Amino acid sequence: MIEIINLCKSFGGHKVLDNLNLCINTGATTVIIGRSGCGKSVLLKHIIGLMRPDSGQVIIDGKDVTKMDEKELSALRLRFGMLFQGAALFDSLNVYENVGFNLIEHTSSSDAEISKAVKESLALVGLKGIENKKPSELSGGMKKRVGLARAICMRPQIMLYDEPTTGIDPIMGDSINDLIVELHNKLKVTAIAVTHDMTSAYKIADRIAMMYNGKIIANGTPEEIKSTKDPIVHQFITGASKGPITEGIDFEHLIKQ
Amino acid sequence: MKRFLEMIGGKFIEFIRYAGGISILMGQTLFWIPMPPFRRRQIFEQMSKIGVDSLPIVFLISMFTGMVLALQSAYQMQRFSAEMYIASLVAFSMTRELGPVLTALIVAGRVGASITAELGTMKVTEQIDAMETLATNPIKYLVVPRFLALIIMLPVLTIYSDIVGVFGGYIVGVYKLGISHAMYMKNTWQPLKYKDIFTGLIKSFFFGIIICIVACYEGMTADGGAEGVGRSTTRCVVVSFILIIASDCFFTALFYFIGR
Repeated sequence: MIEIINLCKSFGGHKVLDNLNLCINTGATTVIIGRSGCGKSVLLKHIIGLMRPDSGQVIIDGKDVTKMDEKELSALRLRFGMLFQGAALFDSLNVYENVGFNLIEHTSSSDAEISKAVKESLALVGLKGIENKKPSELSGGMKKRVGLARAICMRPQIMLYDEPTTGIDPIMGDSINDLIVELHNKLKVTAIAVTHDMTSAYKIADRIAMMYNGKIIANGTPEEIKSTKDPIVHQFITGASKGPITEGIDFEHLIKQ
Repeated sequence: MKRFLEMIGGKFIEFIRYAGGISILMGQTLFWIPMPPFRRRQIFEQMSKIGVDSLPIVFLISMFTGMVLALQSAYQMQRFSAEMYIASLVAFSMTRELGPVLTALIVAGRVGASITAELGTMKVTEQIDAMETLATNPIKYLVVPRFLALIIMLPVLTIYSDIVGVFGGYIVGVYKLGISHAMYMKNTWQPLKYKDIFTGLIKSFFFGIIICIVACYEGMTADGGAEGVGRSTTRCVVVSFILIIASDCFFTALFYFIGR
């Protein structure tokens, strides 16, 4: 179980996380939704210890991530897999070295074992025969798949997805959603995804939490979120330009400008 | 007035932050150097990129510098019929000063800028974050191999530059000014002491540290997309150049007083 307690983080006086509380159940896929730039990715980076909060705690299996030193964090991160928004593949390495990065760096596995694991991970995301290609030779969708293969290569217990469907076409986006669901069923991981793509959220989520003004303002099953009475959540999930979130913003004036 | 003081204060805080950031990166790099695993393949790769690939440009610049040095000093020395000392002048200037400084400036412009651009792009495309999520320390993986390669290859390039510069002077001295081969060689080697070469190499060792740490720091703190990477790259070259020249002045003064 992952517990986030009173998490606060500010950048240049702007509060991005403001006493945020959230509980994520083991084995479930939780999707955090919210507007672009509301701090969803920042929250994800706190969970894996890439950022330190101003105050608050992130408890994973009874241990506070925010208090861990470099060594403990490294051990913890081996239990994680993370898919970045732009896949974040290492440009200087080929697909094989990218996917097998963890095994090459952190285990004494033989070349044959690494090769087998890389092939298996690539097969899980529906790719084969591209081990020698460089990331620059891949399309956006393929990069995301390779990024996913790299994240699952060490069979993590917790998966983090940062905008898994952003920047790719809807069909490829849907196939990434299918992959996430399939991986969840096969590998039984706890997953946290942040997105503003509601189609994706409904498809992959066991629970959906909405982030607004640095806080979680709603948390429930996809059905509960769909039938919410909260005007803020309702405006976001229906994608309406008028409502409490955009109160005071004159879109027509902005367009004219 | 208040705004002026605020600006001065702001710049001062920025400077302290920069100096602090550089010092922390230096400390972390030194901490990670002895930690296994030792990435020999990456160190050799970087040595090749930094050293071998810089050979042509270092050759050209050192050769022309040696030639210009000989020609310019000939202009003055011919008045006193002291052309035979041109060889010593070229040898001293190249080994003590121009070899290390010119090589460092070339490498800062060529290699420093490329390190910042590479690491900066990795930073803005979240590759450095991704590396951390894969439980690999980016300083150990990215900075340490570049650091070791630079502090090894910059002195090597400096020796190469010294030799090529002296050769440039030799071409002008022997083929243009008519100094005999034996006389030129004698006047090059006889007055030259090991100390002269070593002071140049000590300088280049420290220049290597400056180039690597500034380039890596700028790269790893880049933000704001392609524009930010461009800004960091420019700043890397400017700061490296200033620090190289300033520390050269410091070391020259230090060796001058020690050697007295």
